[in-house]
Amino acid sequence: MLTQSNGVAAKVAQRPAEVIDRAGLGALISLLQSDGYRVIGPQVGDGAIVYETLASADDLPAGWLDEQSPGHYRLVRGPDAAVFAHTVGPQGWKRVLFPPRQTLWEGERDGSQFSIEPAEIEAPPTVLLGVRACELAAIAIQDRVFLEGAYVDAGYAARRAALFIIAVNCARSTSTCFCVSMQTGPKARTGYDLALTELCGGGRHDFVIEAGTERGAEVIERLERRAAGPEDLAAAAAAVERAASTQTRAMPPDAEGILKANLESTHWNEVASRCLNCTNCTLVCPTCFCSTVEDVTDLGGDHFSRERRWDSCFTLDHSYIHGGSVRREGASRYRQWLTHKLAHWHDQFGSSGCTGCGRCVAWCPVGIDITAEVAAIAAAAPAAPKDKR
Amino acid sequence: MSPPETVSAVQAVPGAVTQPASALDPMVPRAFRVEHVRREVKDVFSWQLRPLDGAAVQIAPGQFNMLYAPGVGEVAISVSGDCSDDSALVHTIRAVGTVTRAMAQLQAGAMVGVRGPFGSAWPIEAGYGKDVVFITGTVGLAPLRPLIYEVLKRREKYGKVIITYGSRGVDDILYERDLHTWRGRFDMDVNVTVHTAPTGYRGLVGSVAEAVNRSTFEGGNAIAFVCRSEALTLAAVRALQQRGMTTDCMYTTLERSMKCGIGFCGHCQFGPTFMCKEGPVYRFDTIERLFAIREL
Repeated sequence: MLTQSNGVAAKVAQRPAEVIDRAGLGALISLLQSDGYRVIGPQVGDGAIVYETLASADDLPAGWLDEQSPGHYRLVRGPDAAVFAHTVGPQGWKRVLFPPRQTLWEGERDGSQFSIEPAEIEAPPTVLLGVRACELAAIAIQDRVFLEGAYVDAGYAARRAALFIIAVNCARSTSTCFCVSMQTGPKARTGYDLALTELCGGGRHDFVIEAGTERGAEVIERLERRAAGPEDLAAAAAAVERAASTQTRAMPPDAEGILKANLESTHWNEVASRCLNCTNCTLVCPTCFCSTVEDVTDLGGDHFSRERRWDSCFTLDHSYIHGGSVRREGASRYRQWLTHKLAHWHDQFGSSGCTGCGRCVAWCPVGIDITAEVAAIAAAAPAAPKDKR
Repeated sequence: MSPPETVSAVQAVPGAVTQPASALDPMVPRAFRVEHVRREVKDVFSWQLRPLDGAAVQIAPGQFNMLYAPGVGEVAISVSGDCSDDSALVHTIRAVGTVTRAMAQLQAGAMVGVRGPFGSAWPIEAGYGKDVVFITGTVGLAPLRPLIYEVLKRREKYGKVIITYGSRGVDDILYERDLHTWRGRFDMDVNVTVHTAPTGYRGLVGSVAEAVNRSTFEGGNAIAFVCRSEALTLAAVRALQQRGMTTDCMYTTLERSMKCGIGFCGHCQFGPTFMCKEGPVYRFDTIERLFAIREL
C-alpha cells in the first residue's frame, strides 16, 4: 500500500518502463555530454573491462564477455554485440569517488614560519554509466564511511554530489559473482538516476530504461523512445532472473557470527599459508577504504605537501608503530581483512562491507575465495557461534 | 538541465561542497609555535605549544592530537598538560621514529602543525566517591597527568588517590618533579618502583603489580586508570582483580598506527573499534576479549 510519499518519488515510481534502441544509447551518452558531463563507462583496456571516460557509445565493449573464476579473468568474444554482457572488471567506481592518490594540502616554509593551503577539490559533473547492483551497494557502503559519520570527507562529498548514475541490470553472472547471497543484486533497486536492462539477440538490440529519480525521468523525456510492452518487460525480467539463477557461489549466511566466534581459529594459519599478502583483494575491493599519507617535500625542504593514497591492511606498514608491526603474522593480516569486511563492518557501519562482486576472488593470484574461507572457518569451528563480540 | 547545480538526487549528501575545503578541514593542520621545550628524561621531551591564531585550544584528558613536523610527518600524541589551560597545549614526546626524532631537533620558536583533538577521554566523573588508582610506568605517565591534575582539582570528590608508577631505572622517571610534589601531599599516595637501581637505593624495587599489592584502597569501591605497554597491562589488571576490582572499573589507553584521526584511514582498528574514535581510552571490560587475542 502506498502511504504518504513526496511528489518526486511518487512521480518517478509511476513512470512506466520504456525502451530505447542501440542508437538511443548513443544519443543518451551524447545528450549527457552536451549537458556538460564527462561520461565514464566500461571499455576494453589492458585485456580487461576498465572504467574510463567515453568519447561515444562506440567505446563500449561491444561483443565482449568476461570469463572469471578464482585467480582467473579473461575477456572472450561473446555471441552478439551486447555492450553490457560483461560483469565487473578489476576497477570499481571507487577510484572516481575516492581517488587512489589525492593531495590533501600543500605547504610552504619561510624561515621558521610555514603556511598550509588545503588542496582544491576537483568534482566535475560525472556520469557513471554501467553501474551494477553490487556497485551501487558499494557506493552506498562508502557513503556511510565518508559521509555519514562524525566527519565528512569534503572531497568525497563534492564528487558524490556531482554524479549522475546510470545502472545496468546484470543479464549474466560469472563464477565469481555472489551478489544474490549478499542481497545486493543482480537487479539495481535503488541509488541510480537511470537503470538499463540490455536486450540483445534474436535480431534486436534494445535497452529497457527506467528512471530512479526525477532528473533521470527528465533525461528520458529528451530521448527517442517507446513504451515498454509486456514482452520487453518479460525479456528484461528473464535476463535478470538468468543472472540470479546461474550464480554458483554464495556467502554462508551469518558470516558475521561465524567470524566473530572464530577470531582464534587455526584456519587463519591455513589460509595464510596460501595468501601472498599481495594486497590485490583490498585494492580491487569496491568498499575497502584504508589510506595512508605521504609527506612529500622538494629538495630544499621549503615546499611540501601531504598526499593521501590507498593502503592495504595486508602490508606490515599498515599496523606499524614504534617497536614493530602489530600484525606481524600473515594470519593476523588475513584475519583483519576478512573479519573487518564481513563482521566488524556491521558494528562500524551497520552493514556488511562485502557486496558479493567477487573481485577479490577473481583477482587473488592464488585464487583464495572468501566465501569458501568463511565456510571452512565455520566447518572448523568447535561449536556454534557464541558471543558475538 | 544544468548538472553543476543539481544536488545529488540519488541521496541527499550532507555538507557537499565544490569549493576548496574549509580551514576547519580536520585533515589540515593548524599552525602552533613551540613556546618551550623541556627535556624530561633520555629521549623524552615536552612541548608547550601555542596556536598562532590565538584562538582557544580544546582538549580533554585522554584525548590526542596529530602533531606535525613540517615536511617530515605526523604522529598521534596524547595530551599531557593541564587541559583547563585553553591557551596552550602540552605534549610529551618520546623520540623513537623518524618523525619524533625530527621533532626532538626542534627548538623553542619553531612552528609545528596540530590537528585535533581526537578520540575518547578519561571519564573524570566516573570515579566520584571512589578510591582512585593510577597504574603506569615510564612515559605512560604522560597521558595520565592531565587526568591526575583534574582529580586533584576536585580532590574532595574522591576517596583515596594512589599513583603506582614503575620505571626501568632511577634515571628515567618521568615528571619526577610532579611525583615529588604529589608525594608531598597528605591526601594521596605515590608509590614509585624501579626495576634496576644502584647500590644504596632506598626506594621500592620490583614490579608495579607488587606496588599495587602494597597500596591500601577499597577494591570494591575503586576506579583504576592504567597506562602501560600492552604486554604489561594484563599484569596490572590481574593485580587489581586480586584486590577485588572488576574490569568494568578499569580504564586503559591503547596505541595503534594512525594516519587521520577521524576514522577514514583504517589503520587504528582494534576489533570492531576505531581507536581514534572509540579509543584510545577504553573501559577495560569492553575490550577484554579483544585484548586477549594476539595480533588483533
